Amino acid sequence: MFGFILRRLGLLIPTFIGVSLVAFFFIRLLPGDPVLLLAGERGISPERYAELMHRFGFDLPLWQQFITYFTDLVQGDFGTSISTKKPIFTEFFTLFPATLELSFCAVIFAVVLGVPAGVIAAVKRNSWFDHTAMATALVGYSMPIFWWALLLIIVFSGMLGWTPVSGRISLMFFFPKVTGFMLIDSLLSGKAGAFQSAVSHLILPTIVLGTIPLAVIARQTRSAMLEVLGEDYIRTAKAKGLSPFRVVAVHALRNALIPVITTIGLQIGVLMAGAILTETIFSWPGIGKWMVDSIFRRDYPAVQGGLVLIALIVMGVNLVVDMLYGLVNPKIRHQR
Amino acid sequence: MTAVSASVRPGRLKEFWRYFSENHGAVAGLVLFAALVFVALAAPLFAPFNPDQQFRDALLVPPMTRGSEGLFLLGTDALGRDILSRLIYGARFSLFIGVVVVSVSLIGGVIIGMFAGFFRGWVDTTIMRVMDVILAFPSLLLALTLVAILGPGLTNAMIAIAIVAQPHYVRLTRAAVLSERNRDYVTAARVSGAGPLWLMFVTILPNCMAPLIVQAALSFSGAILDAAALGFLGMGAQPPTPEWGTMLAEAREFITRAWWVVTFPGLAILITVLAINLMGDGLRDALDPKLKRS
Repeated sequence: MFGFILRRLGLLIPTFIGVSLVAFFFIRLLPGDPVLLLAGERGISPERYAELMHRFGFDLPLWQQFITYFTDLVQGDFGTSISTKKPIFTEFFTLFPATLELSFCAVIFAVVLGVPAGVIAAVKRNSWFDHTAMATALVGYSMPIFWWALLLIIVFSGMLGWTPVSGRISLMFFFPKVTGFMLIDSLLSGKAGAFQSAVSHLILPTIVLGTIPLAVIARQTRSAMLEVLGEDYIRTAKAKGLSPFRVVAVHALRNALIPVITTIGLQIGVLMAGAILTETIFSWPGIGKWMVDSIFRRDYPAVQGGLVLIALIVMGVNLVVDMLYGLVNPKIRHQR
Repeated sequence: MTAVSASVRPGRLKEFWRYFSENHGAVAGLVLFAALVFVALAAPLFAPFNPDQQFRDALLVPPMTRGSEGLFLLGTDALGRDILSRLIYGARFSLFIGVVVVSVSLIGGVIIGMFAGFFRGWVDTTIMRVMDVILAFPSLLLALTLVAILGPGLTNAMIAIAIVAQPHYVRLTRAAVLSERNRDYVTAARVSGAGPLWLMFVTILPNCMAPLIVQAALSFSGAILDAAALGFLGMGAQPPTPEWGTMLAEAREFITRAWWVVTFPGLAILITVLAINLMGDGLRDALDPKLKRS
């Protein structure tokens, strides 16, 4: 197992170098001069231009620039945002809890509805429930989530007035940031109604972001369950006289969940892409919205730093999923 | 596409159709998709108005309103343009995006994956590490960044989405080649003097097509969704192009006043993507017994 982890970690090193190369060339491939881009739209004097050229090292050969950039990255220096003048690392991790909270709720939403739906669809195969659930899952899987968000806003915020349209909590509530997770912080603040406000802000974004993972998980659970239900040990369990519920919930589900867990792990990329759209629509102050805003503000160092940090997170999650999979499935662990 | 026709012999085609037509959803998807293609190709015949024509006396009128010019079946947008006509012309963009993205990423991905799987060694290692890098970024984020470099617009959005979609084809092709390259028929072809290119694209490729076709269907719908998302974020097709995602972006500010400008473009995206995914499920079941949902 240790060797397996080391091999997987070893594979991450070239990927990380590649990711930093992409980020490095991102600023250099942008149309226009990098210093003028960094200076923004105000313009700049020739002396200052030369000075900045030198300061950022743009006068050095390309490979030397990359070495400098890469060394900075490894030491945790991801650059400085133009618009806020703050280090990108700090900025990123101030906003990250918002995205994490939203993604976490979306995954919970998807699992809590998706796994039971998939199990019931498999057990009651070809029933009306199976057909309805799988048809719904296919619609969810095909959903343009930015449109889904607008529809939910029209119905639940516009017509019914049940949920707020944007932000994480009502402006009425102000309390110190402790964990960065609004659900926890609002509870800690002890202010009446704060938690309810946080929840009501979270509902629509959670549904929107969780829709595609929900559809994928329901489909995956169903097909994994169908496969497992045909196994000999299920027949044995039934023959032993165990209750049908116990056979399904304990014997079958436990084995069917292995591919489902992998699927959940692989949804991280989908979640990050979804977060870009969901956060933009609901003005959710997380890293997805921050990345889009940075692109529109032409805050390119922020985009550059964000790219590397997001890729690192995706790589980290994939590594954990790989390891979990290796843990439950020795066949994978001993490959190659 | 000679490889496809070579691989699908008449008998196989019949067998494929038997499996495919068993799946009612897939047939429905196929019919819907064919209808969409037809509507897109013959857009001028179906569209009641010019998609860019602005009716100043009919701004934001609700569906089924009869204006002085005629019936606005799905209403008009803020500039008085007929939404139905824009949707019909928009179908051209979405299908075009799907075709271009799938062709570019499929051809590029197959060639790259073929080289990786056939030559192994450092070629393989280099190619797969580069693909790992692309896959380390969430697809939409990478596409957004690429568009920021290339400049917003439909062509650049398509290039970006094709680059992002490519690694899946590379991986599939490589995996298929790895399992095929040591089979007897490949050795036989090699012994009888076939060169590497012949072996790769004539001998091996036709036997790797099934997962690639399934992936092509999946990424066709993915490309339409991604392009619409980029359009929605203002980085895809630019107004006044009647691309569905761009139409949604323009409609956003009227969300509380005029539900129809928001509802119909999204519905068009959903129906198109749904039709393709239905077809994709059917293709998978018919072509790839290993992936078949038992």
